[in-house]
Amino acid sequence: MTVMTTPRIDSGKRRHARVTGAILLGLAVLTAVVFGPDASGNATFRLSRPTDVWPVPDLVVSGGPFIYVAATVLAFLGVRQFLHGGAKWTSLSLGVGLAIAVLAFLVWATTGKAFSLTGMLQATMVRAVPIALGGLAGVLSERVAVVNIAIEGMLLAGAFTGALVGSLVGGVGGLAAAVAVGGVFGFILAALVVTYRMDQIIAGVVINLFVLGLTSYVSSQVFQQYRFLNNAPVFRAVKIPILGDIPVIGPMVFHQNIFVYGALIMVGAATYYLFHTRLGLRARAVGEHPRAADTLGINVYRTRYVNVTLAGMVAGFGGAWFTLGSVGRFDEGMTGGRGFIGLAAMIFGRWHPVGALAAALVFGFADSLQQKLALLQTPIPSEFLAMAPYVATIIVVAGLVGRARPPAADGKPYVKE
Amino acid sequence: MTDTTMTDLMKAKVIGRTEIEDLVVVPLFAVIMALLLGALTMLATNVDLATIGASYVALLKGSVGSLNAVSETLTAAAPLVLAGLGLALGFRAGLFNIGAEGQVLMGGMAAVVTGFSFASLPAVILLPMSLLAGALAGALYASIAGWLRAATGAHEVISTIMLNLISYRLLDYMLRLPFIQKEGRADPISKSVPDAAELPRLLGFLDPNLRVHAGIFLVLIAVVVVYWVLFRSKLGFEFRASGENAEAARFAGIHSGVIIVAAMATAGALAGLAGANQVLGVLGRATPGFSAGIGFDAIAVALLGRSHPVGVLFAGLLFGALKAGGRQMQVDAGVSIDLIGIIQALIIVFIAAPLLVRALFPWGFRHAKGGPS
Repeated sequence: MTVMTTPRIDSGKRRHARVTGAILLGLAVLTAVVFGPDASGNATFRLSRPTDVWPVPDLVVSGGPFIYVAATVLAFLGVRQFLHGGAKWTSLSLGVGLAIAVLAFLVWATTGKAFSLTGMLQATMVRAVPIALGGLAGVLSERVAVVNIAIEGMLLAGAFTGALVGSLVGGVGGLAAAVAVGGVFGFILAALVVTYRMDQIIAGVVINLFVLGLTSYVSSQVFQQYRFLNNAPVFRAVKIPILGDIPVIGPMVFHQNIFVYGALIMVGAATYYLFHTRLGLRARAVGEHPRAADTLGINVYRTRYVNVTLAGMVAGFGGAWFTLGSVGRFDEGMTGGRGFIGLAAMIFGRWHPVGALAAALVFGFADSLQQKLALLQTPIPSEFLAMAPYVATIIVVAGLVGRARPPAADGKPYVKE
Repeated sequence: MTDTTMTDLMKAKVIGRTEIEDLVVVPLFAVIMALLLGALTMLATNVDLATIGASYVALLKGSVGSLNAVSETLTAAAPLVLAGLGLALGFRAGLFNIGAEGQVLMGGMAAVVTGFSFASLPAVILLPMSLLAGALAGALYASIAGWLRAATGAHEVISTIMLNLISYRLLDYMLRLPFIQKEGRADPISKSVPDAAELPRLLGFLDPNLRVHAGIFLVLIAVVVVYWVLFRSKLGFEFRASGENAEAARFAGIHSGVIIVAAMATAGALAGLAGANQVLGVLGRATPGFSAGIGFDAIAVALLGRSHPVGVLFAGLLFGALKAGGRQMQVDAGVSIDLIGIIQALIIVFIAAPLLVRALFPWGFRHAKGGPS
């Protein structure tokens, strides 16, 4: 009977709904069975410091009830997926369900203790920056159909240049040089794939290997000996008056360093450029159908060169975060796969700058969560917590790829007739 | 009629000529250019000319200059060829597997654990068993990425990189487990592999320091087997068909999902074998980061070898020589071994972009339309 009345949805969607439902039910069981029993007591989340202009009282959550309510909601969402019409809200349910599960986990880990939520959100923002900028660089180059695996190398190059030039001429000079060097590697990538028609993925991998080799070589050959070359000033956080005093949001968004502000501005600018300017429209046309764009008089090669170089500059800026934005010192391979997580953020964000930023915040949250949880001393081994961002990336890429559509010509070289 | 035959013949000849250029001239130029640019890098970092000369002499001496050097080259080349063969097979099937590093770690770990867990077994059983465990673990770990690609479309480049990063943490965790960690040690280090599970050293009777071990036979067998699988078996045909044109292969009745998982699993098995080769032949135990970048160097080896088993063998030997020579270079001339990384990356750039080499050296090649310019 139900088969007769259910509107026809294709089997892929139905299977997806079933998988989502199973995941949600699994999370419900996990929450109830693992977190439930030993979650007696209150979890205290500190929202502001007593010295703040407008202090906010702590958020106190009673552990047991919260977790069982969360498990019930998860079970409800899961069951809904198996019933008729469930396919409609699949993605949303999964997103909400994951958020609830994380919250339950957080409450479980905090019961009987106190924990600064605002501090974690602030760290989330900071840790999202290189991922967001990496994702943005990915968006800029994939919108003109150049797959950019080289973002990791560009971040590393930016980090290295930031440290070296920053040590010599100061932070601003270092930042400018990092942006320039990122642009150079963007240009090299464009030259390799556009002019010399090298396989885009191989070109990206090679740039990564080259940058890793070069920066490691210089840091062991030169920095070991001349330590003053690897001691750059760090950009301090700047508080924006009044806005910075808003509880929770203030410290998170308006009391940060230049990299956070820069990332937010760049995401805005890139959105405007791609979707509201003539040049952006041309860039997207090149990514969707280069031959049509060419026929209409758009210079496909030049558009690709310009946008991939821009992407490199964005990644170079993001790379400088690692040195000028945090420790001031370069270490070999210090980007630790952030460029690739940035690519995942790009896919998660559906090739849109704002989407990439939102996805980067999710990864930033996973990243800062594992750091803070190490302090809370949960029974979970720290190694597994450290895996969290990577596992999240895999889940995201696996869960969303089917429905996110890349630019049509993505990854294909264009040969002008 | 004769005219057409003539043109065909000429075409065939030109193609033959181009192939030689691609297989011999381009790699040669690539290596020479990379070494030259490496020298420029040294100059730029304030290394004087005499030291640069000394370092390249050391590079040569450390790789082929003595029996010990050759032994070191072979020892370094063995895991690179094994993992490189796996990656080459993946490339043929259209899969860009960057996860060899993680698969090497998982394979090595499984081989170590099998080795010390069944230490009482005789070598004839224990050694093959440990190798097999390594291959199996690598295959399983790689098939995660294969399955994700086949079932959900998650791109293997991202998932294998993430699996690499996960494998480092997993290794750190496992090395502290009570039944794996060496007794009485606080740092992450595994128990030692018993003698019965070790790949025997081949030239130990001449000098106990010669490290070349029976793993090189494993390498030769793997080259032959991979060649056979790729070019003589039905499975290999399906791998290559999917790699050349996935759509067409699907219409021809090849199950692309199964092929993806099988290709990833085979690649992972070879990478796992490379890891087992390292722990059973060279290191004797597992430590954090014992893979030492083998999985990444193997990508370069597979690309350099043009995804052909024989090419991979030679490319692996070249990279093994660079690695062994690089160590000598660091000792003799005080130049960091990281320089080798730069040289390797440059070699691949020039190999993977023949158009670039042709643009740089137009006189080295015959132009498609006529005689050399």
